[in-house]
Amino acid sequence: MADATVQSPSLQAQRLVRPVAGAEEWAQRLLILLLGTWLLVTVLVPLSVLFRKAAENAQGQFIGLANFAAYFRDPALVQSIYNTLTVALISTFITILLAFGFAYAITRSAIPFRSFFRSIALVPLLAPSLLPGLALVYLFGNQGILKSWLFGHSVYGPIGIVMGEVFFALPHAVMIIVTALSAADQRLYEAAESLRAKPSRIFWTVTLPGCRYGLVSATFVVFTLVFTDFGVPKVIGGQYNVLATDVYRQVIGQFNFQMGAVVGLLLLAPAILSFAVDRLVQRKQVALLSARAVPYQVTRRPRIDAACLILCVLVSIFVLSILGMAVFGSLIKFWPYNLSLTLSKYNLGALGTVGWGALWNSLIMASLVALVGTIIVFCGAYLVEKTKTWPWARSAVHFGAMIPLAVPGLVLGLAYIFFFNAPGNPLNVIYGTMAILVVNTVGHFYTVCHLTAVTALKQVDNEFEAVSASLKVPFYKTFWRVTVPVCLPAILDIAAYYFINAMTTVSAVIFLYSSDTKLLSIAAINTDDAGNTAIACAMGTIIVMVSATARVVQLIASRKLHARTQAWRNR
Amino acid sequence: MTRTTERVLRAWATVTAGAFALGVGFVADADAKTALKVYTALEEEQLPIYKEAFEKAYPDIEINWQRDSTGVITARLLAEKDNRQADVIWGLAATSLMLLDKNGMLDGYKPKGYDQIKDQFKDTRSDKPTWVGMDAWAAAVCFNTAEGEKLGIAAPKTWADLLKPEYKGHIVMPNPGSSGTGFLTVSSWLQSMGKEGGWAYMDKLHENINSYLHSGSKPCKSAAAGEYLVGISFAYPGVNLMNQGAPVQVILPSEGIGWDMEATAIMKGTPHFEAAKAVADFSASAEANALYNNSYQVLARKDVNAKVPENYPANEGELLINNDFYWAAENREAILQEWQKRYGSKDAPKS
Repeated sequence: MADATVQSPSLQAQRLVRPVAGAEEWAQRLLILLLGTWLLVTVLVPLSVLFRKAAENAQGQFIGLANFAAYFRDPALVQSIYNTLTVALISTFITILLAFGFAYAITRSAIPFRSFFRSIALVPLLAPSLLPGLALVYLFGNQGILKSWLFGHSVYGPIGIVMGEVFFALPHAVMIIVTALSAADQRLYEAAESLRAKPSRIFWTVTLPGCRYGLVSATFVVFTLVFTDFGVPKVIGGQYNVLATDVYRQVIGQFNFQMGAVVGLLLLAPAILSFAVDRLVQRKQVALLSARAVPYQVTRRPRIDAACLILCVLVSIFVLSILGMAVFGSLIKFWPYNLSLTLSKYNLGALGTVGWGALWNSLIMASLVALVGTIIVFCGAYLVEKTKTWPWARSAVHFGAMIPLAVPGLVLGLAYIFFFNAPGNPLNVIYGTMAILVVNTVGHFYTVCHLTAVTALKQVDNEFEAVSASLKVPFYKTFWRVTVPVCLPAILDIAAYYFINAMTTVSAVIFLYSSDTKLLSIAAINTDDAGNTAIACAMGTIIVMVSATARVVQLIASRKLHARTQAWRNR
Repeated sequence: MTRTTERVLRAWATVTAGAFALGVGFVADADAKTALKVYTALEEEQLPIYKEAFEKAYPDIEINWQRDSTGVITARLLAEKDNRQADVIWGLAATSLMLLDKNGMLDGYKPKGYDQIKDQFKDTRSDKPTWVGMDAWAAAVCFNTAEGEKLGIAAPKTWADLLKPEYKGHIVMPNPGSSGTGFLTVSSWLQSMGKEGGWAYMDKLHENINSYLHSGSKPCKSAAAGEYLVGISFAYPGVNLMNQGAPVQVILPSEGIGWDMEATAIMKGTPHFEAAKAVADFSASAEANALYNNSYQVLARKDVNAKVPENYPANEGELLINNDFYWAAENREAILQEWQKRYGSKDAPKS
């Protein structure tokens, strides 16, 4: 509750410090410029180079909107748009519902094993997109062990896509909503209770509004992810065409970059919409964690706790059975005709250089991405959220940060070839090296990390900045001494998220790796292509184990840090 | 992007590029060997064998493979058109190479032993061929014998068999818009049955098709795994899975089968033209053809006595239709459009 008595001194403080902040403001502006340039070079300019192709013919001549006209004459297009919207809306609805319930359970209920459940919800992040696809075939395909559960419906089509997308999008939503729910001011609840508000009323008037920002973010993140994902529909979509598989058909099937760019542009629509809504919601968001906030105290509520526990168990079963099936797939001799078990698929050494070498490349890349990406994202989010200078520039940077989410990896990968491999571009020295994979991956997964950082930062009262400014402490000191320690859990989350996504990513880097920088996730796709599904499952399982290790390390570190830096949260 | 922003960006880029270069740590290759970047869609397991054989014959040259599926590697080559990374292409569909050739990306070179290459495997239109074939891969039907037994359905022998009502909902084939194998199959039907006959055949086949998949080998792999009964695909993945113990039978329909070849080409503008020529020479040699024979039955050279690889269906050579690659390439767009119009928006199957 940012009450009046708190607000006025802070305003005074701001007015007082404005004249002396000159040099500092320029430093901030320089940093914002740097960040903007980074986003321009790693995301926007490559994309604009690709999208320019949407208005060109195959010979590179400008033909205006002719490609769009040709595309809209395609009879399958309307169907694709309709299909895409259908699965995206259904998947988003289910995902947000589950994710909110789940996040609520692990932040606000008194159920046991909360941190365990939280890790389970993040499990899908650990797996390359190939794994749920293969697992769903093993589970619900025509030979699937649970085929009868679908009552004669085929898993190939909307049913399979929705299952795969919910699995795939769940952790993103849980991550954002948990961040939003975990910062609550106990004083609000105490006030509500002393006013004798009913629990349901408290839920609708305190809990929901408090996490509104996170909820809207999560909805758009999930919608955009599902709208643009092509990994799941490609494997399990069967005959059900969506826009992302249309891009694939144009680019990989017909080498028609121009048409690929046209569809790629259509895929950007939800990101633009999400930015507009984001701005609207944000205007109404107030900091939940004012400098006087008191952390939320979980109390026992037997009925609600029981419901929470059931939900957590069901979601965990859904997640673990998909993963478990993939692991099982890596251990069987020959699906579905010889189900005896073997460990032989894990002998990657037998595959020559693509085996362990690829794992090593993946590890190096993921570590670099986690390091570089986290620093850029967090500093960037701080500049956007906590500085006061150049509102238009911060707004532009924030918009830039939303774009990568909407861009299918395939499109981003191609855009990188056209931009970074252009003969006149001095940056082309990084083409074919590990550096381009790192730059690309940092850019590709920027949005969710940015949103996590922004959500975390929003919950730290701006008063900290105002007070330190009035004490003439430079902003970077406040940043380093207050903001970073307070946000450390979120920072670790971001680092782990980057690491794990770098381990599992395929679609963008498939155009950018070279023989020396082949990644294990790509090796898994290629191995599946060659017909060795079980070895592909084994590679996927190794990726899961590495990612899981990273997550465990993060959790341990987070807990240790929690004791040291988050003690203020406890009374 | 305007001129000025482009200039500003470039200036910025020059500075950062220096920093990147330092960070990445480029180390000059102290080795005197010529390192060649060889793009390929060959199967992963073939690569070390071909590399070893080549480097034994040419010890001064080192091969660095860049391997991916046909679609991805072709898209990548085309996207890199203005700043080519590849020196040579060894083992990519000839139809892809023709596309690169049309874009002026290939250099003409007649490899040693060129007169020993069969005519179908040559770019006969030119005196300085831009690509040379290696071996052929042809359309095939993969049939799951275990599922066939369960359902009491016999294996098809011909394309016409696939129209029988018992196969309804049991057949998968690649979408020709997504897969080269799919396209070569469709184009072969149009060539061998005539334009009208071909579309009429596909109209009827469409009734039996369960779904069109996005990859050329997937239909066969799905059939081998019992997901579907019949997969229209090509022989290699079926044979490969059969060798691993899958209950799959690879059938070459007796009316004749569409085919494409793996071929080799030199990229125009490669700084290692001499070394690239060595790859072209080796690829066309009898020694290399003998290696191709471990995976494929129909070879480019006349003088290599081709054996039938283990579990590979015999008589593939006789069944290849007289494929007019140029006709297929010229009509590709029109065929795909017509296909998309007729079958592109099939609803999800109920079964």
